[in-house]
Amino acid sequence: MSGETHEAVHRHPAPTGFIRKYIFSLDHKVIGIQYIMLALVAVLVGMTMSVLMRMNLSWPGTNWPILGTLFPGGAPDGMMTPEFYLSLVTMHGTIMVFFVLTTAPQGGFGNYFLPIQIGAEDMAFPVLNMLSFWVTLVGFIVILSAIFFSGADSTVGPIGGWTGYAPLSALPNAGPGQGMGMNLWIISIAIFCVGSLLGALNFITTLLNMRTRGMSLMRMPLTCWAWFTTAVLALLSFPVLLGGGILLLLDRLAGTSFFIPGGLYLSGILSGTDERFPLHTGGSPILWQHLFWFFGHPEVYIAILPGMGATSHILSTFARKPVFGYRAMVFAIFAIGLLGFFVWGHHMFISGMSPYSAMTFSILTLSIGVPSAVKTFNWLGTLWGGRIRFTTAMLFAIGFVSLFVAGGITGLVLGQTSLDLPMHDTYFVTAHFHLVMGVASIFGMFAATYFWFPKMFGRLMNESLGKFHFWITFIGVYCIFVPMHTMGIVGMPRRFAQFTEYEYLKTLHPLVVFVSIAAIATVLAQIVFYFNLLWSIFKGKRAGENPWDATTLEWTTASPPPHDNFAGHLPVVYRGPYEFAVPGAANDFVMQTEPEVILQAVGSGREGTSGNGHDGHRH
Amino acid sequence: MSTEARAEHFPAADWDGGVFPYRVGHRKLGMWLFIVSDSLTFSALLIGYSYLRASNVWPTPFPFYPSIVFSSVMTFCLLSSSLTMVFAVSASSRGDRAKARKWILGTIFFGLAFLVLHLIEWNHLYSEGLRPFSLPADWVTRYAAPDGTLPSPLFGATFFTITGLHMFHVFTGAIYLAVVAARLNKLKHEDVEISGLYWHFVDLVWMFVFPLIYIMSVDIGTH
Repeated sequence: MSGETHEAVHRHPAPTGFIRKYIFSLDHKVIGIQYIMLALVAVLVGMTMSVLMRMNLSWPGTNWPILGTLFPGGAPDGMMTPEFYLSLVTMHGTIMVFFVLTTAPQGGFGNYFLPIQIGAEDMAFPVLNMLSFWVTLVGFIVILSAIFFSGADSTVGPIGGWTGYAPLSALPNAGPGQGMGMNLWIISIAIFCVGSLLGALNFITTLLNMRTRGMSLMRMPLTCWAWFTTAVLALLSFPVLLGGGILLLLDRLAGTSFFIPGGLYLSGILSGTDERFPLHTGGSPILWQHLFWFFGHPEVYIAILPGMGATSHILSTFARKPVFGYRAMVFAIFAIGLLGFFVWGHHMFISGMSPYSAMTFSILTLSIGVPSAVKTFNWLGTLWGGRIRFTTAMLFAIGFVSLFVAGGITGLVLGQTSLDLPMHDTYFVTAHFHLVMGVASIFGMFAATYFWFPKMFGRLMNESLGKFHFWITFIGVYCIFVPMHTMGIVGMPRRFAQFTEYEYLKTLHPLVVFVSIAAIATVLAQIVFYFNLLWSIFKGKRAGENPWDATTLEWTTASPPPHDNFAGHLPVVYRGPYEFAVPGAANDFVMQTEPEVILQAVGSGREGTSGNGHDGHRH
Repeated sequence: MSTEARAEHFPAADWDGGVFPYRVGHRKLGMWLFIVSDSLTFSALLIGYSYLRASNVWPTPFPFYPSIVFSSVMTFCLLSSSLTMVFAVSASSRGDRAKARKWILGTIFFGLAFLVLHLIEWNHLYSEGLRPFSLPADWVTRYAAPDGTLPSPLFGATFFTITGLHMFHVFTGAIYLAVVAARLNKLKHEDVEISGLYWHFVDLVWMFVFPLIYIMSVDIGTH
C-alpha cells in the first residue's frame, strides 16, 4: 500500500494570489483565523442582542428611539414587543452556541494549532477543511437572514428559543417569527451540522494519521486530546441533530406530524377541522426533545472541552510545572465526553418522563462530577507550588477554573430531579449554563487568544490592556450571573420579556438593574479586547519564536509559521509536552524536540518529573 | 538532520507517530468516520420511527404478495450489487482494471435496478392514496384498533422519509461509482476500496430498513 508514512502526502505548494492565500485558502492556519473572525463577528451580534434584552428587562417602558428606527415592527416607538424579546432570546442563544462556542474553540484554535502541535504540515483533507469553513459561513448568513425575513412578523427570528421545541417550531403559523424565520433557522442548523461533520472527520483523521515521529498519543499536549474528543463528540452528535432537523422541516413543509400531537388548537382552530390548520396527529414533541438533547448535551462539551485543553496547557506553561496527573487528565476528558452521551434526559426532567428514567439520568449526570473534579483538582495541583507568571493568558486560564467550578457546582444542584423541577424554568438555570458553558468556554478562548496570538501574528498582545480587560470581564461576569442564581431561587421565570406584572418579583428589580449595568460594563470592556487585538496585529511587541518559554511543537517554528508549518522538514518528538522544571536541565523547560542525549548527559534525575512520563504508549 | 537521523532508533510502534496506526490512508479512515456519522443519522430516524410506531396504532398494510415479494426482489438487487462490488474490489486488488470496471458497472446496474423498482413501488403506494401526511381511506378503516382508534398517518411520513433518505444514498452512491469507473485508470486500488466501503454501507442500511419498515408491516390478517 502506498503512503505508509506522511512524506509526499498532501504537499500543496504555497499559494501566491490573494484569493488563494487569504479567501479560498487550503492552509489550516488561514482557515483557523477565518473561523475565529467569523466567531468575532457572530459574538458581536449575540452580545448586542443580550444588551437589548437586558435593557428591556431592567428599564421597562423606556423609549429607545434607535430601536424604533432599526426595528419599526418589533419595537414600535422604541419599545420592544414581547415577541421581539423572545426572538432575541432565540437568536442570541443560537448564534452564541453554534457560531461562537462551537466555531472559535474547535474550528478556530483547533484548526490552527492541532496540526502544528502534532507536527503535521496541514490537516488531512485541506479541501474539506476549506469547505467546512465556507459551509459554516453560509449557515451564519442563513441565520442572519432569519432576522430580515421575520421582519414582517415584527420579530428578528423565531421565538422558540435555541432548542426549537416542537410543536411551536413545527407549525408555521404558531406565532410570529415561526414562518420563514423558523425555516431559515432549521436550514441554518442543518448546514452547520454538515460543516461540523466535515470538520470533525478531518480533525480525527489528522490526529490519528498525521502525528509526527515520536508523537505518541501520551506525548500529545492536552489541547490535542481535547480537540480530538470534541471532534468525536461532534461526529456522533451532529448527525442526530441533522436527522431531527430533517424531520422538523418535513413537519413544516410536507405536512407530516413527527413532532405534532393530535388535538392541537391554533388560534382557536382545532387541527383538521379547517384548511388553515390541516390534520396533524400522532406525533411526539418529546421525540424532538430526545433528538435535540442527544445532540444538545454533547454540544455543551463541544463548547467547553477545548477551553479545558487550553487551560491545562496554559496553566502548566505559566506555573512552570508539568500538568499534574497528565494521564488522569486524558481519561477525565474521555470520561466527560463519554458520559455526555448518556445524560441528555436531565434537560427533560420536566417533560413528564418516568421517575425511573429521571433517576437514571440523574445518577449519570451527577457522576460527571467525578471526572470534572479530577480535572479541577489537577489544575489546582498544577498551580500548587509553581513559580507562577501572571500573564493575561494565565489570568484567563485561572479565571476559567474559577468559572468552571462556580458554574459546575450548580450542575450538581440541577442534576437532581427534585431540585430541577421547581428551578428548571427559572433564572437559576440561565445562570448555571451561562457560567459553565458560555463564560467559562469564552474565558478558555480568551486565554487561548492571549497565549497563541504571538504565534499567529508574530507580535504580543498588550499586557496592560489585557489585564484591564481580564479584571473588568472577570468581575463583570460574576456580577451578572451570581445575582441570577438568587433571582432563580426566588422564582423569576426565564424568557419573560418583563416582570412588571408580578408583585412577588418587584423586590428583585434593583437586582435586575444591577445585572444589566454589569452586563453593559462587561460588554464595553470587550471593546478594549477588540482594540487590543487589532492594534497588536500591527503595533504589538515582536514576539520571536517562543515568547512564553513553552515546550510544545508550535513554539519550535517561526511566528507566524510558514505555509507548511515547519519549513520543509517535520519535527521529531522525544518527550512529553509539559517538561518544565526538569531537575538538572539547563533551562526550566525542555522542548518536545530536544533529544534524549542531552538529558542523559545531565543525569538521570528526571524520572517522575513529568506528570505524563516519557515512555508514553508502548506496544 | 542529526535529530532526524537519531529518530531512526525509535521503535516504529503503531501509535508512536510517523506511521498510519490503522495501516490505512487518510481517505479510507475518513470514509470510515463518515460511515460512523451517517449511520447515526439513520439511527436517529429509525429510533424516531420505532418511538412513534410504539406510541401509535400502526397500520400493517403490506400483503405478502405483491408488496413483500416485490421488496424482496429489490433487496436481492441490492445484495447482488454488494456481491459485484466485492468482485470489483477483488479485481482491482489484482490490478485488473478492465474487470474491475466491468464489475463496478454491474454494481451500478443493480443499484439503478433497485432505484427503479423502488420508485415503481413509491408510485404504486402513492396511487393507492398514501401520502406523507395521510393514509389511504380504506386503510384507515381496515387497520383501526379494536377500540376504534384510527391508524396513524405517520406511517406514510416515516415510510417516505426513511426510504427516501436511503434512496438518496443509493443514488449518490451510483454517481460516486460512475465517477470511480470513469477515472479508474488514474485511481489507486485504495480508492476503489473506499467506494466499496460506501456502497456496502448503503446496502447495510437497507438491511435495517427492510425488516423494520417492510417485514414488520406485513398484513398477517389479524384485523
